[in-house]
Amino acid sequence: MTELKQKSTGAKLRRYPRNWKWGILFISPWILGFFGLQLYPLLQSFYYSFTDFSILSDGKWIGIQNYRELFAKDRYFWKSFILTIKYAVMTVPMKLIFALFIAMILNMKLKCINIFRTIYYLPSIMGGSVAVSILWKFMFMKDGIVNQLFRVFGIPAVNWLGMPDTALFTISLLVVWQFGSSMVLFLAGLKNVPQELYEAASVDGAGKIRQFFTITLPMISPIILFNFMMQTINALQEFTAVSVITNGGPNHGTYLLGLKIYEDAFSTLKMGYASATSWVLFLVVLLVTSMLFKSSDAWVFYNDGGAD
Amino acid sequence: MRKGQHKIGAYFILVCVGILMVYPLVWLFFATFKSNQELFGSLSLWPKDFLTDGLVKGWKASGQFTYTRFYLNTFFMVIPTVLFTVASTGIVSYGFARFRFPGKKLLFLLMLSTLMLPDSVIIIPRYVLFNKFGWVDTYLPFWIPGLLACYPFFIFMQVQFLRGIPKELDESAWVDGCNPFMTYVKILFPLMKPAIFSVTIFQFLWRWNDYFNNLIYISSVKNYTISLALKMSIDGTGAVTQWNQVLSMSFLSMLPPTLLYFFAQKYFVEGITAGGVKG
Repeated sequence: MTELKQKSTGAKLRRYPRNWKWGILFISPWILGFFGLQLYPLLQSFYYSFTDFSILSDGKWIGIQNYRELFAKDRYFWKSFILTIKYAVMTVPMKLIFALFIAMILNMKLKCINIFRTIYYLPSIMGGSVAVSILWKFMFMKDGIVNQLFRVFGIPAVNWLGMPDTALFTISLLVVWQFGSSMVLFLAGLKNVPQELYEAASVDGAGKIRQFFTITLPMISPIILFNFMMQTINALQEFTAVSVITNGGPNHGTYLLGLKIYEDAFSTLKMGYASATSWVLFLVVLLVTSMLFKSSDAWVFYNDGGAD
Repeated sequence: MRKGQHKIGAYFILVCVGILMVYPLVWLFFATFKSNQELFGSLSLWPKDFLTDGLVKGWKASGQFTYTRFYLNTFFMVIPTVLFTVASTGIVSYGFARFRFPGKKLLFLLMLSTLMLPDSVIIIPRYVLFNKFGWVDTYLPFWIPGLLACYPFFIFMQVQFLRGIPKELDESAWVDGCNPFMTYVKILFPLMKPAIFSVTIFQFLWRWNDYFNNLIYISSVKNYTISLALKMSIDGTGAVTQWNQVLSMSFLSMLPPTLLYFFAQKYFVEGITAGGVKG
């Protein structure tokens, strides 16, 4: 039996070129990183989620106690969970529609496109930095420049960061403002749509709006999927903006899961408990991405027939 | 005629949105030179007098450590991380793109799936691990993941790029007796320059802007990076936040990424599209 097995792996290896060991050698840094710094921590946090581990004590096995407390007792878990979903649902479509809209204008064969593209991308390079969050905080403070501008136009001041709903919206605006990389991807996709398709459609009498829905959208659907996925994953993990701008407030109105996990783990040192929360977040990310992938059969159109 | 009107409309929208986009940044630039009273009292973009008060006092920070220290710390954290990332992800992508070996498909799939792995799921065990190694409050928690290619996006991007380079180039080098490693160093690495520039730039930006990992791994003020120093400046206990100083320092911290962006623009577009669009 073992002999047979050896034989078959031997045969298998012969199928690979002589230098296959070099391949393994070259990816070995990643193998170390993957097992040591990604897979091991992932499994370890799953284990922690069934213990009362904190950095101060080794933690003992408490079964599903953490999850039970999370789902049934924690005052803030469901609130935080729903806020996180709400935040993603609000931010991602807004950002993508805006990015697509601008990309379509930029695709109109105008002059100075590069200058506009440069300007539109500029906010995105600040990413999730503390500096840009500070700027946002100052702009939307009660006596910040946005309200000062409002006053000039006779619009009553809005307490942007003082009310839970508007605070979440204000933070989502910051992310929408940084639509640059989605825009660049859309623009590249739009450039690849064959011009003949539009010409043929206008000969057949299809209007601009119809062309958009029957040609443009299907042709760029793989990019929509990619953008949608990446932006959703990012939105579900938002941390810096809610930490710096509102610190989760007011009245826990921007207390997203990322922030909750951080506070539970590193402020109150309930690391086992925070691990349970982080696994819930992980499962949400998995669920959303697999749902997107599944649904993509129905709406994503691959020009090359889906072949690799 | 109608087409011309369309174009005017398009320009109009582009200019309006453009102004809206950069206004906050331009405003921040001028705010750097305003006094605290002016920040709250006046709407004018242009400062009444160009004061350097915010910059000078802001730079001094709490007094114990100045921003000179925080900038040096940030460079000391970011630059090795970027170099390690370039070296490791490049060679790993070469391994994936050019060699066939047992388990490759599965490993590649696992690599791609880590794109979806949220930081917050692995951060607690990583912290515990690094704490055991005595790495907390050093920059090793940033350097080592770079060295071990824990950045799947960059590997994927370079694999895509390598697929566009004809295999005959490196195969002929093997035939000539160049070993696979030297083939990479001498032949492919120079050809991959655009991809490598993109990795450098994006990794620099992401590490520069990062806050979450800084917050977790760095604990003493002497090791603070700019992100942490800025956060500390708005948390200032007791005293009223000196907004002119805070905004000045925020503006300065955006300069290195912005300069990099303007000098290396074309690699931005190439990097984003190479990683995102099927090659």
